Amino acid sequence: MCTTCGCGVGDTRVDGKALPNAGSPSAESSSAEGSSDGDPPGSSQASPKGVGNNPAASYRALAADSRARPAAQGFAHSHRHGETHTHAGGAPAEKAGTSTGHARLVQIEEDILAANNAFAAANRRHFAEHGIFALNLVSSPGSGKTTLLCRTIEALRATLPIAVIEGDQQTSRDAERIRASGVRAVQINTGKGCHLDAHMVGHACDDLQPDEDSLLLIENVGNLVCPAAFDLGEAHKVVILSVTEGDDKPLKYPAMFNAASLMLLNKVDLLPYVDFNVELAVDYARRVNPALQVVTLSATSGEGFAAWLDWLQTACRQQQAGKRATIAALQQRISELEAQLAQHARG
Amino acid sequence: MHEMSLAMSVIDIVENAARAGNFRRVSTVWLEIGQLSAVEPEAMRFCFAAAARGTLADGAALQIIEINGRGLCFNCGETVPLAALYDPCPTCGGYPVQATGGTEMRVKELEVE
Repeated sequence: MCTTCGCGVGDTRVDGKALPNAGSPSAESSSAEGSSDGDPPGSSQASPKGVGNNPAASYRALAADSRARPAAQGFAHSHRHGETHTHAGGAPAEKAGTSTGHARLVQIEEDILAANNAFAAANRRHFAEHGIFALNLVSSPGSGKTTLLCRTIEALRATLPIAVIEGDQQTSRDAERIRASGVRAVQINTGKGCHLDAHMVGHACDDLQPDEDSLLLIENVGNLVCPAAFDLGEAHKVVILSVTEGDDKPLKYPAMFNAASLMLLNKVDLLPYVDFNVELAVDYARRVNPALQVVTLSATSGEGFAAWLDWLQTACRQQQAGKRATIAALQQRISELEAQLAQHARG
Repeated sequence: MHEMSLAMSVIDIVENAARAGNFRRVSTVWLEIGQLSAVEPEAMRFCFAAAARGTLADGAALQIIEINGRGLCFNCGETVPLAALYDPCPTCGGYPVQATGGTEMRVKELEVE
């Protein structure tokens, strides 16, 4: 019940299953401490040991709960939960000489979004290790995101493995539309929330298990305000603006256009019928974000679509090349170490 | 914006600090909120009071330190005050101006018992 947009937290679902959402601090700590019940004692990777140091350290909206979590395969979610707690480690520094009776001042200096950012960093690392190119698609409702996705999938699925995460407040209609186009999709329902966060995306990836060297398209909740602040671990935010909206939207919702790397100006087939100045819209968007790339297209007619597909394929190849370069560097290091070891064995 | 989830994150940060720093009551929370962070201080106050209910920060005063926006003008190369992300440079009238400060959202300090 935020006074600005009415958002809250809770009722989050990934493919219909409730995401853990601790209501009280005691519930959080008991769920974290009790998590070893379900995990074999020896499996250090699967059991959230990091949580044990700081049982209720999870960001409430991103609350960690291993019991509701599907078994992690490759996407070691528990591992990531552990990492997010390191930032809270150590006692906060107390200001010397500020104690007055029982009251004292404690310095915190912690970013409010630190917990989300830690989950996002873990997602990003996972994507890099597996050559997965992830995009966070943001726009107002009705800009044509899902239609754009369906056409993109149709054009690329023969040559590129694709997976989709759909975010909506309610219903799985979008995920069903995507599945009908022949690729795997997971629906996140944010319930009272108005944006996806990195923890939800981590859980969705546990379910979805995107392929190696694949394209992961994350369709955020239709909202031009809140998703701007939440890093999901994506390579880029892509903002979609349709010509049936106002050309001054980049000025009215600057945070989103500032956070995006690419703007897709959609529904250009309708330009003859609407009062929308493309040059002005692009100019406004670049005032907010000078580095913003722009592609004008229509997901219905296919006009301008080649440029978007080209951008996607180039970016996917770069992500895959990055993964191969990392592996090659590691292999080289191993052979150097083996040579060194052999020398020592001889000596 | 999403002040409710931010307010709940603040409470979580406070609870973590209480566990590490061994205190049971928080009487004041200082937040640093940048002018360009898209957080509305009044909405934040409202949501903080709601999120704090039943926690160790119940009834705590919320002090918001607003940090002015600053930016680097690509046109004249000066660092200038910036009231909003899309504003032109107040010195030369040109743009773009890249934000260099005022995007903060931080829990700075607590008064505890």
